[in-house]
Amino acid sequence: MSKRKNGAVDKPYRKPLIKKRKPNRSIAGDIALYLFLAIVAFIMAFPIIYAVNSALKPLDELFKFPPRVFAQHPTLDNFSDLFVTMGKSWVSFSRYLFNTVFITAAGTAGHLMIASMGAFVLAKYEFPGNQTFFKIVTVAMMFTGYVTQIPNYLILNKLGWIDTYWAIIVPAFASPMGLFLMKQFMEGLPTSLIEAAKIDGANEWKVFSGIVMPNVKPAWMTLIIFSVQALWNNKASTYIYSEERKTLVYALQQIQSGGIARTGQGAAVLVVVMIVPIIIFIFSESQILETMASSGLKD
Amino acid sequence: MKEYIQKYIALRKHDMQVAWRKAKSRKMCYLFLAPYAILFTMFFVFPVVASIYYSFTYYNILESPRFIGLQNYISLILEDDIFLLGVKNTFMIAIITGPLGYIMSFLFAWLINELPRWVRSVAVIIFYAPSIAGNCYVIFSVFFRGDAYGYVNAALMNMGIIDTPKLWLIDPKYMLPICMLVILWMSLGTGFLSFVAGLQGVDRSQFEAGYMDGVKNRWQELWYITLPNMKPMLMFGAVMSITQAFGVCDVTMALCGYPSTDYAARTIVTHLYDYGFSRFEMGYACAIATILFLMMILCNKAIQSLLRRVGT
Repeated sequence: MSKRKNGAVDKPYRKPLIKKRKPNRSIAGDIALYLFLAIVAFIMAFPIIYAVNSALKPLDELFKFPPRVFAQHPTLDNFSDLFVTMGKSWVSFSRYLFNTVFITAAGTAGHLMIASMGAFVLAKYEFPGNQTFFKIVTVAMMFTGYVTQIPNYLILNKLGWIDTYWAIIVPAFASPMGLFLMKQFMEGLPTSLIEAAKIDGANEWKVFSGIVMPNVKPAWMTLIIFSVQALWNNKASTYIYSEERKTLVYALQQIQSGGIARTGQGAAVLVVVMIVPIIIFIFSESQILETMASSGLKD
Repeated sequence: MKEYIQKYIALRKHDMQVAWRKAKSRKMCYLFLAPYAILFTMFFVFPVVASIYYSFTYYNILESPRFIGLQNYISLILEDDIFLLGVKNTFMIAIITGPLGYIMSFLFAWLINELPRWVRSVAVIIFYAPSIAGNCYVIFSVFFRGDAYGYVNAALMNMGIIDTPKLWLIDPKYMLPICMLVILWMSLGTGFLSFVAGLQGVDRSQFEAGYMDGVKNRWQELWYITLPNMKPMLMFGAVMSITQAFGVCDVTMALCGYPSTDYAARTIVTHLYDYGFSRFEMGYACAIATILFLMMILCNKAIQSLLRRVGT
């Protein structure tokens, strides 16, 4: 592919579609394709639609037989129940919610800051060790976090961070995916932009905060969505023992194992857990796709 | 020979000096990179090294690690039947869901590429939602419930295919296929996004040149123009797929229980959890982690060298 050195100006995702049909397409093929896509889309969406609907069902509808997918008399009772009945339990639902929100917000903010700073110099400056470091980061994307879990536990233990929020937040700062995507996207920024600022007498920090960061907003959203996705869904049960510091996903599992009486509430928590990343994604989709256009791995 | 070595050393020295001078003039860069580099080393590089080191020891947190050589690996491979079962399951899942999920990601990204823009946006959201919706897969435990109230059982019984409810998530026969189904449902992830974006970036004039040169249908267009253009994204998507396929454990643990009946849904990562955080045999768990690490890296390298040949 042609390297888009001036990628910030030329936005591939925003390119207007060719209006006329491509000459080598058959109409029957197109119709078959659309039909196929519609069916697959329905299958993909069905479990999510079902989950949302069961959260909206009042109790008597939940156990109706034969079961129905759509709620006939949708209510928000299940959601308010979460705060009312769970409010009386030892650790209230709002506490779980706060824990998750706090971990997600702090981890994402720190990750965005730290990874962008690293990505900036990796993308725009040449210095010894630059290439090597980036290669190591790429290798780190090739194995899952499970591989490092046990030594991580020992390290966090040494630091005295076990059973604190920091055990989840700080390792999230260094997620290799964020640095990778940010660096790839920053490479698309025209170097002349930075040079011009330097001639005007701006130092590196000014260039970074004043010129580079405002120009890579699409990449911000991408880092945010990946970080939120990872942290929001973090069960955190291996590093955190105290009930009052556990997260939403943990609460979800507790409620679901609470049996039939908690079915409605379980569905409601599930919706809370899944809806946040989806909403963020819906609002930032075009920016994320713009960033992903530069995500390719070159050898 | 001696002369050659001296020359080599002198050259190296010179290189080092140049690098050092360059590094000095770029102090700011290191300062910028430092926070990330320190955390990355602490939580990603060092743990891998530590894991390899601990895998040669007996370590249970209470006592300090004791060196036992290859003992952990020997017992893993020769004595631990459950580990071998985990390896088998992980491979089964990886071999089926990895490539299939990867092909699905590309296929759907390619198919929705030509839709009008707003339809495409909606389609991306629908296809990507399962992988981003976190723990939404637990909903499948409702569908596959073992009694007649489970949707799948009810539907199959209505159609007369089965006459008694099947214990989908408890019977070892059905566990793995169901897990694979759920994993496939979630497999349109980061790689899929990368493909969608990459396809948008393919230069239109190349297609037009293709029509002139007699590209007849969309399949020829795909093979001769689109795929070669997508190589970097294909690489990235492959990395994502492989990492996901080998790291499988959340889905099996959530759906089939932990431990599952007869360990039928045990994967390498579940085994690692079992030894690391239930039995606190850290050395043994680290040996499992090291094997998993090597498997992932080797598989990635192999796939990358394979993908390098696309369109050449």
